[in-house]
Amino acid sequence: MSATVEINFTLNGRKRQLTIDAGLSALNLLRDKLDMTGTKYACGEGECGACTILVDGLSVNSCLMYAADFDGRDIVTIEGLRSDKGFDPMQDAFVEHGAIQCGFCMPGMIMQARHLADTNKDLTYDGLKRGLEGNVCRCTGYKKVFDAVADVIGIAK
Amino acid sequence: MTEKGIGAAVLRREDRRFVTGKGQYVDDLNRAGQAHACFVRSAQAHAEIRKVDVSRAKSAPGVITVLTGEDVAADKLGSLPCGWGITNKDGTAMAEPGWPVLAQGRVRYVGEAIAMVIATTRQGARDAAELVEVDTSPLPVVVQATDAGKKGAPQLHEAAANNQCFDWEIGDRAATDAAIKASAKVVSLDIVNQRLVPNAMEPRAALAEFDTNSGLLTLHCACQAPHAMRLLLGAFVLNQAEHKFRVVAPDVGGGFGSKIPPYAEYAALCWAARRLGQPVKWTSSRSEAFLTDAHGRDHVTRAELGLDKDGRFTALRVSTVANLGAYLSAFGPLIPTYLYATLFAGQYTTPAIHAEVRAMFTNTTPVDAYRGAGRPEATYMLERLVETAARELGMDPAELRRRNFVAADAFPYQTPVALLYDSGDYAGALDKALELADVKGFAKRRAEAAKRGMARGIGYSTPIEATGAAPSAIAGQLGARAGLYESAEVRFNPTGSVTVFSGSHSHGQGHATTFAQIVASTLGVPYENVEVVEGDTARTQFGMGTYGSRSTSVGGSAIVKACDKIIAKGKKIAAHLLEASEGDIEFENGNFTVSGTDRTKNIAEIAFAAYVPHNYPLETLEPGLNEQAFFDPANFNFPYGAYICEVEVDPETGFTRIERFTAIDDVGNVINPLIVHGQVQGGVAQGIGQAMFEQGVYDESGQLLTGSLMDYCLPRADDVPSIDSGLTVTPCPFNPLGVKGCGEMGTIGSTPAVINAILDALKDYGVSDIQMPATPLRVWQAIRNGSAPQAAE
Repeated sequence: MSATVEINFTLNGRKRQLTIDAGLSALNLLRDKLDMTGTKYACGEGECGACTILVDGLSVNSCLMYAADFDGRDIVTIEGLRSDKGFDPMQDAFVEHGAIQCGFCMPGMIMQARHLADTNKDLTYDGLKRGLEGNVCRCTGYKKVFDAVADVIGIAK
Repeated sequence: MTEKGIGAAVLRREDRRFVTGKGQYVDDLNRAGQAHACFVRSAQAHAEIRKVDVSRAKSAPGVITVLTGEDVAADKLGSLPCGWGITNKDGTAMAEPGWPVLAQGRVRYVGEAIAMVIATTRQGARDAAELVEVDTSPLPVVVQATDAGKKGAPQLHEAAANNQCFDWEIGDRAATDAAIKASAKVVSLDIVNQRLVPNAMEPRAALAEFDTNSGLLTLHCACQAPHAMRLLLGAFVLNQAEHKFRVVAPDVGGGFGSKIPPYAEYAALCWAARRLGQPVKWTSSRSEAFLTDAHGRDHVTRAELGLDKDGRFTALRVSTVANLGAYLSAFGPLIPTYLYATLFAGQYTTPAIHAEVRAMFTNTTPVDAYRGAGRPEATYMLERLVETAARELGMDPAELRRRNFVAADAFPYQTPVALLYDSGDYAGALDKALELADVKGFAKRRAEAAKRGMARGIGYSTPIEATGAAPSAIAGQLGARAGLYESAEVRFNPTGSVTVFSGSHSHGQGHATTFAQIVASTLGVPYENVEVVEGDTARTQFGMGTYGSRSTSVGGSAIVKACDKIIAKGKKIAAHLLEASEGDIEFENGNFTVSGTDRTKNIAEIAFAAYVPHNYPLETLEPGLNEQAFFDPANFNFPYGAYICEVEVDPETGFTRIERFTAIDDVGNVINPLIVHGQVQGGVAQGIGQAMFEQGVYDESGQLLTGSLMDYCLPRADDVPSIDSGLTVTPCPFNPLGVKGCGEMGTIGSTPAVINAILDALKDYGVSDIQMPATPLRVWQAIRNGSAPQAAE
């Protein structure tokens, strides 16, 4: 039997204390143990970004992270993305620009977009495209995604 | 009332749940007491199975059972069915070897399922799967379709001599041969349309449940056509009658054709749940997706185009070898035949066409529909030939096309390869594309790029597609084993809201929005009062699902037909309430009015009267306001377009960047432009993927070398240009909405435009051909191998 560890962390603003298998991935903790299925499994090897979450404000592929490393950190998933007015402006913009098709990659895409907006004061349109390169979308061709994120950040094409 | 009706750019109502992580895809569903399945898969491409020893796996912690091919045989599960039969040139039927749910004595491709381990946890099932010992003796392997028919090639199936599934032809061979011979100019190309791996972002997944009291089997699975799934699995594989079998396709994360077939895993899960009386769940890993989702394309083609001295096309002669993979996938035989060669006229008046297609079995993953399915292969071949002809003749490629277009006044137009084109103005779309792409300014942009040491090129493509499958009677004559209509039910609720049930299925297309727009316009009810239900065989009547860009033209038309029945019944009810004769009742914007008067009843009042029939013509009319319809189209519809791509190639590195991409599409009337443009843009990205990035590569031993997202290059955010998309509108006369399919045009049209642009950029380097994907290495090698002196530098 694998070893267990106790972790203390903040998940979407709420303090959590859990005892978990040391080998559990962050993605499986969220999906299988906490029923937070907004974060998606699509490749399991950090290539597609569908499982992107924010860890202490930085975007991370949760499939590559051990859940044990949540200890002491502030975690935000798509379920916890909110603004004072309700939806995060990024969520609104994706809807308003028609940036969504099947929707499967979008939680990860939106978390990455939120990270880009929060951490890059002088982001350009090209920089934004590069910043979303780790998030694969097979449906949209990305254009409306770029438009949505650019709109929120306030940059011109 | 109908500002959110047909034609409005209504925001998609489904998107709130997607952006908040509340989408419900199959892997998001769980049931109390569910077990988890893991498949033991073949690591060899071709081998005899001597023994499968499950004893260690069975005694591993948490293992409930382990099932093998022997259990499949003992329980008499049927073979996975093929939905389309092809007739050979000589009139015989295609070879149709079976495809067992779990391998029977032999494996024929890497990834084929040999055994299924079911355990209390997912990890437990995976761990135990590694304890299943499969003793095999390897067999020689054949991977390429062009090798499969050679003398001495390894044989896959007893039922398929020389690995051939079929040898098929269409068109007039004698007339085509004669016309080619008489042509002033013949242009020929050898084309490889490479194998692609669809890679929907949601991996396939299934959750099967069996109610031991009622005998009801329920399968939640990631699929595009739940009723077809139920029919095929229930009747052919599981012997499970439809009234005791429910298939639910909830939110589905992309399909692109790869979620149509009734896969072995889905059958196996149903079977296991039925045996155990316990829910069983399985979600494909990405590695399994690469190995077991049906692949796309994989054609090798020789094509010749004849032209007269004025550049008019005289004949097209095509010979293709298609790779079907190791087994017949559900629509595998349809793709390289009736979805392929029937498009060979393109937008042109080529009078003589002949095509022959040999389809082969190989030790590779089975091939089936992938976005466009046959039509991209046809369009790529034809548009490459046309552009090559223009280059060899020194003609403007736009002018050469214009000279050969079917004229706008020639519709309906009968092609030499079976299809009757519905409507179009091909030159009109090309003109619009030329303007939007600023082709006039290209020479200047090319010169400016040259100053920077970059080779700039421009490429065209004028694609056409047959969508809206299909007239069932014609499809049946051509080998379809099912009808291809769509169904709808439009149900007024007593207080005036409407629930619409459709046999289509949305996995990104936005039906919940567009179908509600159709109903809002047709019935004059507020868009917000219409709810769309899809994807559950227990809630919707039998229907055929979503693929081949058919949902709006076939499924949407079924909705219109049901609405028309609602209006017809509403007139009778209104006539009674308004004390007028039925013939005097007019219906407009949701109101039934006595002609020439202001006496009127809103449709919501009519619905209420129908459900609370206190004042109602009960002696002649049933209560209720709920109508069903099936729509079987009289013809396909034929969206078309004009695509122009501009690239810059760095001759030092071969790195190619798409600088501009213009897509003009004519998809008939548009229900929601926001969604149509999104479909085009996403389609273009997939077509660019084939042109520049994607290729499924097998080594000689049948191992898939591109088996992960680290090895198989999907287009990423920085790879896709900003796509300028525009529309022209020529309504389709064969459906009540006047719509044509919009889901695949981008993919079909973009691939040849990109390659034509790259070849235009490289023409000064003596490069006249390149195989896809045109990676930097391939472009660089082409420049090195080109005939131009500067290429040697």
